[in-house]
Amino acid sequence: MDAGMDADMDDGLATYNFAYLDEQTKRMIRRAILKGIAIPGYQVPFASREMPMPYGWGTGGVQVTASILGPDDTLKVIDQGADDTTNAVSIRAFFAKVADVATTTETAKATVIQTRHRIPEERLTEGQILVYQVPIPEPLRYLEPRETETRKMHALAEYGLMHVKLYEDIARNGHIATTYAYPVKVEGRYVMDPSPTPKFDNPKMHMSDALQLFGAGREKRIYAIPPHTDVVSLDFEDYPFEIQHFEEPCALCAAQGVYLDEVILDDRGGRMFVCSDTDYCEKRRAEGHRGHLAGDTLEAAE
Amino acid sequence: MYVAVKGGEAAIRNAHRLLADRRRGDRSLPSLTLAQIAEQLSLACDRVMAEGSVYDRELAALAIKQARGDLIEAIFLLRAYRTTLPRFGYSVPIDTAAMHVERRVSATYKDLPGGQMLGPTFDYTHRLLDPSLGRDGDVEEPEIREGDDAKVMRVSDTLAQEGLIEDDGDVPGEEIGDITRTPMEFPMERDTRLQALARGDEGFLLALGYSTQRGYARTHPFVGEIRIGEVEVKLDVPELGFAVTLGRIQVTECQMVTQFAGSAKAPPQFTRGYGLVFGQSERKAMAMSLCDRALRASELGEDIVAPAQDQEFVISHSDNVQATGFVEHLKLPHYVDFLAELDLVRRMRGEHAARRDLQESMPEAAE
Repeated sequence: MDAGMDADMDDGLATYNFAYLDEQTKRMIRRAILKGIAIPGYQVPFASREMPMPYGWGTGGVQVTASILGPDDTLKVIDQGADDTTNAVSIRAFFAKVADVATTTETAKATVIQTRHRIPEERLTEGQILVYQVPIPEPLRYLEPRETETRKMHALAEYGLMHVKLYEDIARNGHIATTYAYPVKVEGRYVMDPSPTPKFDNPKMHMSDALQLFGAGREKRIYAIPPHTDVVSLDFEDYPFEIQHFEEPCALCAAQGVYLDEVILDDRGGRMFVCSDTDYCEKRRAEGHRGHLAGDTLEAAE
Repeated sequence: MYVAVKGGEAAIRNAHRLLADRRRGDRSLPSLTLAQIAEQLSLACDRVMAEGSVYDRELAALAIKQARGDLIEAIFLLRAYRTTLPRFGYSVPIDTAAMHVERRVSATYKDLPGGQMLGPTFDYTHRLLDPSLGRDGDVEEPEIREGDDAKVMRVSDTLAQEGLIEDDGDVPGEEIGDITRTPMEFPMERDTRLQALARGDEGFLLALGYSTQRGYARTHPFVGEIRIGEVEVKLDVPELGFAVTLGRIQVTECQMVTQFAGSAKAPPQFTRGYGLVFGQSERKAMAMSLCDRALRASELGEDIVAPAQDQEFVISHSDNVQATGFVEHLKLPHYVDFLAELDLVRRMRGEHAARRDLQESMPEAAE
C-alpha cells in the first residue's frame, strides 16, 4: 500500500508522486476508506482533489485507486464492462504512467479493478478490490435535493420516501421503473446507491468475497461494502426484486445469464446481443464456446 | 463507433495529435508567447488565476495557450496543477487598507479622503470597434502620478465610525476553514462560503447577483467601494517571530453596502456584502459581493425566498470545473444503462399494446 517513491512525469516544471496524489492526500483518503469500511454503506465526506481528468470521468474512483495502489498491484479498468472503451483505456494509461503498475484485462489476475457502470461477470475473490466510479452517491438525491435533509434522513434511517417512490412506480407503471442505480440496503442499515450499474449486477454485491469501494469525486464522498456483507435490493413482498433477463444468449460466446449489449448492425433493424463484459466473452470464446454469429460477423460488430 | 472498438488507444493518441495541430493553427504565423498572453490578454489571465485559485500569471498564460483560449478549460488545467502543490503555510490576512491603489471608486460619496481614481477601466469607453488595433500602431505612454504613502481609508470605515454599518464580524470557529483541504459541509459559515464564491464561476455569480437586483431577494445594494491594486502577502515564520513579506499580488475588492430594515436579531443598519478576487476583475468582485450578501439571509433573519439566498443551491453549483465536468460527462458511453431503460420501455409498450388489444376485442365488456 505504501510507496513514497517519486515518479517523474516530465523533465520540466511538474513532478508528481507515485500514483499522482501526494502521500498526505492518500492518507486522508485512506482514512475515509477505513471509516467507510467500518460503517458499510455510509457516505464519508472527504476532501476530494482536482484530478487531471474532468469531474464525471471517474475522479472519485481514480482517487480511491490512487490511494490504495501499491507497486505490486495489477490493475484492470473497465467502462460499460469493457476494457477497451476510451475512458477505460485513458484511466489505465494514466496509472500505467504515474504508478508504473502492471495492468491486465483479465478479471481473475487483477488485484484492483476500477469500474464504471458494471460489475464483472466472473465472481470476484478474496483479496480483490472493486473500485466504483460514482456520479451521485446519494440514493435519496432525486427525492430530496438538499444535502442537509438527506443526511438527516440517513441518520434517522428514515427511508420511507424511497419506498413510496418505488410504490408509486408500481402503481403507475406496473413495474419498479428503476433499471440502474437501483437502491440497496447495506447490512440492514444504510440505503446506498450502487452507482449506475444496471440492477442486473446488484446481486453480485451481496456477500461478495471482494472489498467494494465507491468514490464520488465531484460530490466528495467515499463509501464501502466490506467483504461478506449483506446487500439487499429494496423491494416489496408482492413485488420482489427482479433482474433483467435476456431472451437470447450472447451472439459471440453463447453465454446465458450475463448482461448483454445491443449492437445495431445495419439500418434495417438488424441487431445482435453480445456480452457487455468483454473479458468474459473473450475468455469463453478462447475456451471454444461459439455463439450463432461468432466468426464472420465479429468484424462487422467492431 | 467510438466505443466497443478495439484500438481505443490509437484513437485517443490520434485525437490528441489532431488537437495539438488545431491548437497551433497555421504554422506560417508566429506562435503566441506566454509573455504576449500575460501582457495583452491580461484580464483573461486574471480570470484564470482567480477561478483556478493560483496567483501565477505565467502559468495562467500557459494554461490559456494550452486550452486554445477556452478559459474554463484553462482554469481546470491550473486547478489540477494547484492540487498537487505542497501546502507550507497560510499567509497573514492581506491588508487591503494598505493597498497600493490603482483604481478606487465609491458610488456612495461624491468625494472622499483618498479621492476617486478611475484607473484602467472600460467604464467610460464608447464600445466602438477600433480598427487601428488591427495594425500595430503606437500606443501612448500613460500619465502616472505617484500618490503619497498614506493609507487610503475604506468607505465602510467611515460608516462604521457612526455605527451605521454592521461590524466586519468575527471568524466563525477557531480558525479559517479551507475548502480545498476539508470536505464542504452544509450549512457553511461565511469564511468557507466566501472561499467558494472567490473561485466560483464569474458568469454564474453574475447571473445570481443580477437576479437579486431584479427582485429575487432584493438587497438595495450600493457600491460602497471598489478598489484595485497591489497588496503585500506575508507569512508568519515561527522561527523568526515576525511576518516575512513573500511578494505582492494584485487584487480587486468590492464592499457592497446594503440596506437592512432590522429584525428581532439586529437593529436597522447597513449591512455588508464582500467580494475579493485575484487580479483585476470588477464584474466578478461585484457579483460575488451581491451573492455574499444574499447568502447571509438566515444569519440576518431574512426569509429565504430566492435561489441566490440558498447556499446549497449557490455553493454546490458555483464551481465551473465541477459543473463542466458533470455536464460534459454525458457524452461518455452510457449504453449499459441505456439498454436497461430500453428494455423497460419495450416491455411497458408491449404491455400497453396488449391491454389496448384486450379492450378493443371486448367492446361490450368495456362499456
